[in-house]
Amino acid sequence: MGKVLEKEAFGLAAKDNSGVLSPFSFSRRETGEKDVRFKVLFCGICHSDLHMVKNEWGSSIYPVVPGHEIVGVVTEVGAKVTKFKTGDNVGVGCLVGSCGSCDNCTEGMENYCPKLIQTYGFKYYDDTITCGGYSDHMVCDEGFVIRIPDNLPMDAAAPLLCAGITVYSPMKYHGLDKPGMHIGVVGLGGLGHVGVKFAKAMGCKVTVISTSEGKRDEAINRLGADTFLVSRDPKQVKDAMGTMDGIIDTVSATHPLLPLLGLLKHKGKLVMVGAPVKPLELPVLPLIFERKMVVGSLIGGIKETQEMMDMAAKHNITADIELISADYVNTAMERLEKADVRYRFVIDVANTLKPSPIL
Amino acid sequence: MHQSLETVRESLAQSHTQSKTMAKSPETEHPNKVFGWAARDKSGVLSPFNFSRRDNGENDVTVKILFCGVCHTDLHTIKNDWGYSYYPVVPGHEIVGIATKVGKNVTKFKEGDRVGVGVITGSCQSCESCDQDLENYCPQMAFTYNAIGADGTKNYGGYSDNIVVDQRFVLRFPENLPSDSGAPLLCAGITVYSPMKYYGMTEAGKHLGVAGLGGLGHVAVKIAKAFGLKVTVISSSPKKEEEAITQLGADSFLVTTDPQKMKAAIGTMDYIIDTVSAVHALYPLLGLLKVNGKLIALGLPEKPLELPMFPLVLGRKMVGGSDIGGMKETQEMLDFCAKHNITADIELIKMDEINSAMERLAKSDVKYRFVIDVANSLSPP
Repeated sequence: MGKVLEKEAFGLAAKDNSGVLSPFSFSRRETGEKDVRFKVLFCGICHSDLHMVKNEWGSSIYPVVPGHEIVGVVTEVGAKVTKFKTGDNVGVGCLVGSCGSCDNCTEGMENYCPKLIQTYGFKYYDDTITCGGYSDHMVCDEGFVIRIPDNLPMDAAAPLLCAGITVYSPMKYHGLDKPGMHIGVVGLGGLGHVGVKFAKAMGCKVTVISTSEGKRDEAINRLGADTFLVSRDPKQVKDAMGTMDGIIDTVSATHPLLPLLGLLKHKGKLVMVGAPVKPLELPVLPLIFERKMVVGSLIGGIKETQEMMDMAAKHNITADIELISADYVNTAMERLEKADVRYRFVIDVANTLKPSPIL
Repeated sequence: MHQSLETVRESLAQSHTQSKTMAKSPETEHPNKVFGWAARDKSGVLSPFNFSRRDNGENDVTVKILFCGVCHTDLHTIKNDWGYSYYPVVPGHEIVGIATKVGKNVTKFKEGDRVGVGVITGSCQSCESCDQDLENYCPQMAFTYNAIGADGTKNYGGYSDNIVVDQRFVLRFPENLPSDSGAPLLCAGITVYSPMKYYGMTEAGKHLGVAGLGGLGHVAVKIAKAFGLKVTVISSSPKKEEEAITQLGADSFLVTTDPQKMKAAIGTMDYIIDTVSAVHALYPLLGLLKVNGKLIALGLPEKPLELPMFPLVLGRKMVGGSDIGGMKETQEMLDFCAKHNITADIELIKMDEINSAMERLAKSDVKYRFVIDVANSLSPP
């Protein structure tokens, strides 16, 4: 039996694996001594939200209140909170808890803690299931709250809390952040477009790798990529063989790895952040004969999320968003499934999310 | 076929055509007669073979061959498993012998020195890889056998009475390393040593899993123990447990077909060296790795493997590969093994026992490397 939560909240939840979201009243805990409570202004729609509302990963516990790209304004802080005060612009990403004592946590890598608690759909310390940012307000331990720098627009900064850190963390960890390096970005969606911006800000040459020509103009003229390559065109792939230091692969559908491995220089790294559900075919010979690597990565730790946000502020990096009202969310999900968005939907929560009418 | 093997195949095809047009046979294409054993077709059956080698050039060392290890690659090549073999094939790239001639530019060796020759005998010597002593990653790297050498003719390997090699690709064999049981280090040894150094898998106290206990695997256990690692052998054969622990010095043994033991070992290993060359599942191996763990694939499966993404992403894990090593690090490896008294566990055979040895190798029936006693058993008819 879960603890009785004291503060009323309202939001949007999926009640079953149709994934359809509808108004949902629930409660959140009182502001604990280490908690930060904030009014949600905006919440990005991540592709993970779509997977979770439809239970595509098999782990969803309904009702699901999604949302882990949440920004807002602090309304209350607990007695032991030191880093934030009322009125601050803050954000919460994918994590709201971790054990705090394992090697991963002590090294600032809470995202790999075996006891990590995600922002929605996970059991919290009080035995309740966490609810995400498609809601009017959030309460979160200060250790998992990110400061949003003043010069970043809140709506366009929200997606950085997941998409941004997801590309930033492996670029730093694998040393793919040096000026002059050549980075490939596979897939031009929420993750990919932010990946291009961060790589450019790090001084890298960027090639966007896509399955179709359609996005060439956007990639080069709007996002600032240096070149564009269609992975299904053998000639384009051949001409670019062995030219990239690293590739950030954001594609979550099943796709061939062989051409991507071929694009890497010797010792190159293929970073998988897209997480397709089915195993991919791994040709081993390119790894052996050219000493290449395939690595995975999952969001990032809290300290580096703040570091990422500060870098974004310094270089004016934000997501390209389509701001929507709360009642558009189901249509947005349908469009997201068809990758019909440039490049992230963000819900204008404060202005459009209303409590369900009392009947 | 991987492009580097494709390149080798094309150059072999070209040379084959050229030598046919010029009516040159293996016996006549070079001035010095050599005797060895070759496979003539993809049955892989080896038999006596007369051929020839070049004169000892100014940069060359001529090696009278004492011993030659039988690597699994020899078996794959004589059977054309990888589709790039050009017959006749004289295999053998784990060669130990005595220098009988040295060219006038040779500074590192003199006549009478005990030397080794490994997997490669040529590279461009001017590219970025060669400049970094990584001749094994040079796009023009030439294998010791079944590849085209710098003079445009086909290379023949160590199942023969002598070999002529550019000094850059000859290794000094340390005094206390026996010639017979040291020979397999020239391929198996460097193949496991190089990735251990490159991927940072040498920190004492860390936990290494070695998947597969054959030529590569058993040497990996020994080298890893010398680095102070805790070593678990991961195998599908329970019968190998006692040997692994009492003879090779592994700390523990994990049978992949035991679900309970596999479950208990989840998330316990810092690294895994995967020497298995058959197609096999990566998912259970990835599960054994800790967060940030590395799996290094060394075996050459005929088909791609299945790579599950979730374990990779959720644990920031890595799958990498490695291919033998450069000449400088091969020498470093030999010196390391000499210092720690590391040799291969071998079964010494005569040249005319090679075909039954190959049959047994195909069934992994050897502990753990056959080595041919070339000097004492290779004799022309």
